[in-house]
Amino acid sequence: MSMVATLFVVTLVAAGLLGSVYALTKEPIRLAELKKKNEAIQVVVPGFDNEPSTEVKRLFMDGDSIFLYTARLGEDVLGTAVETFTNEGFSGEIKLMVGFNPEGSIIDIAVIKHAETPGLGDKMEKGKSEFSVQFMGKDPDNFNLAVKKDRGDVDAITASTITSRAYCDAVKRAHRAMSEAQ
Amino acid sequence: MNQWKNFSKGLIKENAVFVLFLGLCPTLAVTTSAINGLAMGLATTFVLVMSNLVVSLIKNLIPDKVRIPSFIVIIASFVTVVELVMKGYVPALFDALGLFIPLIVVNCLVLGRAEAFASKNTIWSSIVDGTGMGLGFTMALTVLGAVRELLGSGAFFGMKLISGDALLLFILPPGAFLALGYLLVLVNMLKEKTA
Repeated sequence: MSMVATLFVVTLVAAGLLGSVYALTKEPIRLAELKKKNEAIQVVVPGFDNEPSTEVKRLFMDGDSIFLYTARLGEDVLGTAVETFTNEGFSGEIKLMVGFNPEGSIIDIAVIKHAETPGLGDKMEKGKSEFSVQFMGKDPDNFNLAVKKDRGDVDAITASTITSRAYCDAVKRAHRAMSEAQ
Repeated sequence: MNQWKNFSKGLIKENAVFVLFLGLCPTLAVTTSAINGLAMGLATTFVLVMSNLVVSLIKNLIPDKVRIPSFIVIIASFVTVVELVMKGYVPALFDALGLFIPLIVVNCLVLGRAEAFASKNTIWSSIVDGTGMGLGFTMALTVLGAVRELLGSGAFFGMKLISGDALLLFILPPGAFLALGYLLVLVNMLKEKTA
């Protein structure tokens, strides 16, 4: 068989295989991502009975989009979950879900996606350290979202100042999105 | 060929990491915890076995001059399959390893076995070789991950043994080189004793 024909057949078969695997896994991948998002909303504004992922507002900010999900219990608005991001992370993009109550205070924060160093930067995840707890119940209007090194009010993670700064940056962006959406 | 010998050479005598020094990029990058090492090792093993199987299957059909590009296409396809399946069915694992999965394509262990073994041997021998080499690689990554996790975060497979921080250096990149270096000292000491 000639070289060209061989390469053509090899790539053709590979493309066919990849196409079918992609088609097979497309739906599970979408469901897995949706589930993760819903779980994050559940954590940051607990107790809703609507489907926040269907009540979405989209804002463009700093070159990417921010999503605001409204959580309701019956007729009352429980709060807003803001899917925010930062590109200042130690290893690239970090995505957070920040829950605000109607008064504008932070209810809770969950990490959706990151690539920070395991054992260092990943301490920003809930449960891995007390870092995320300090944001709970704080109103960014009178809580300076910057690490103490930068004269803010946030206790940084030991040996992960860059990650801590990025985290604050993402939360700040969520707060800005909240005020712009109103 | 004696299949048991063929299988076990990958575990110790020709261990990919401790003896052949192949695939050091993923070895050093992902082994921040034992579970990461184990998962990366198993993903690589799957790709290695599948690519060895296919390469030995079609070795006579592929002209010598285009064998490397053909092997790379085959390997890259299996890596993408692993990536998609992981993303869909074990998203938690994908979050931890996602970044490193595409790196399996350039893991010289996989191409190395395709080139040095599978393209010259029978299908059965190639599968056995891939399994042995893959498990040896997995073992090395798990051991290295366990050592770094133990020293760096004071945990074993995610179980916290001490509270607070440990020697953070060991989960940072320089710690990977240090830990691997000392493990090699141990392996070489053991080898000299038995030799």
